[in-house]
Amino acid sequence: MSEALAAMRAELERDGESLTFLPLAEALRLRGDLDGAARVALAGLAHHPNLADAHDVFARILADAGDLQRAADEWGIALALDPRHGGAHKGLGFLAYRRGELDRALDHLELALSADPSDRSVVQALLVVRGAHEAAAEEAATSSAPWEREAAAVETAPVPPPAARTAATVFAGLEGGEHGMLLLDPRGRTLAGGLRSAAGANVADEVAAYLAGVSQEAERTSRLLELGDWRWIAAEAEDGTLHLSRPVPEALLLLARDRSVPAGRMGILAVRASDIARRWLEAQVV
Amino acid sequence: MKAGFGHVLDAITRVRGVHGAMLVAGEDGLVVAESLMEDIRGHAVAALAASLYQRFRRATQAAGVRRPEFLHLQAAGGSLLVVPALEGVLVVAVAAGDINVGLARLEMIRAAEAMG
Repeated sequence: MSEALAAMRAELERDGESLTFLPLAEALRLRGDLDGAARVALAGLAHHPNLADAHDVFARILADAGDLQRAADEWGIALALDPRHGGAHKGLGFLAYRRGELDRALDHLELALSADPSDRSVVQALLVVRGAHEAAAEEAATSSAPWEREAAAVETAPVPPPAARTAATVFAGLEGGEHGMLLLDPRGRTLAGGLRSAAGANVADEVAAYLAGVSQEAERTSRLLELGDWRWIAAEAEDGTLHLSRPVPEALLLLARDRSVPAGRMGILAVRASDIARRWLEAQVV
Repeated sequence: MKAGFGHVLDAITRVRGVHGAMLVAGEDGLVVAESLMEDIRGHAVAALAASLYQRFRRATQAAGVRRPEFLHLQAAGGSLLVVPALEGVLVVAVAAGDINVGLARLEMIRAAEAMG
């Protein structure tokens, strides 16, 4: 047994109510000692029945043991205690994916990502589920009845190919693509897309101008802090969010949304829009 | 760390994955107080964090949105987080990639409120 496990056990023996049972149960689960992990988690739950994290760790143990129904119950309790619990949303997203309920899986994973945007395992899971979702939609479009194919087409094929789009319509078909997505160069000049305020005014040029130089500053900041390449910047206000990313080194992508759109959803939209922006920029060069 | 603001920053740096926290004058980017790891160049980071925040403040204003309550720069290996406090002061945190952003944000908001 590692020193860390021994230290955690000693801590629990000293103080039966210590929250050390959470990392200890998780460590035992990761080592494959599911019986030991379950004993520790249950003992902790006896002291902390209203702790969402405790139900979350117990649910993970149950899921590893194959008891998916009880795992779902435990994650359900965690969400009842803390509706924004990222671990519970992640777990329920995983279970929904296993059942083939892709829409539900996406909902949970997006909420998990909004609870913790830095959780790479959630980002990875979202990519997998989104891929499965798109594959399922394609299959529906080719194998179902005509009216079903039509419905699937509306959901999945809203946009013309990149080369056929103009600067004004480059993001057409994406959620908010016509007035909430802006492609600009690092000097703050607009390249494509559009941006309107809630009142309907065209604010694209003004907003882009204020973002001139942001890319270089973000780069310098990341370099100073040895954080590697910067990926995105989100500015959340009471009534809206700006999300800036860099689809290619010579262009920035700005998304503007009201606060009803969770941060995780913004990230997903940015990935989709970045992909379109990259292909559109390549088409312009050709 | 400069005296007087230590307790404000301590709660932030106690969050697992936070490498340091600063109070920065938003207008000129000068450090008001800091609690950073030794190898972080606080003054340069403070100036850049303030500049980034100001650019986004003007951009949100131009977009018809209120001032940002939270700025999050995500890089491959970590994050820079900014929360505005009263009188133009910014609470800035430097964090690792696997940080619980929600928790850090909560502590930064508490710190900003404590300054009021």
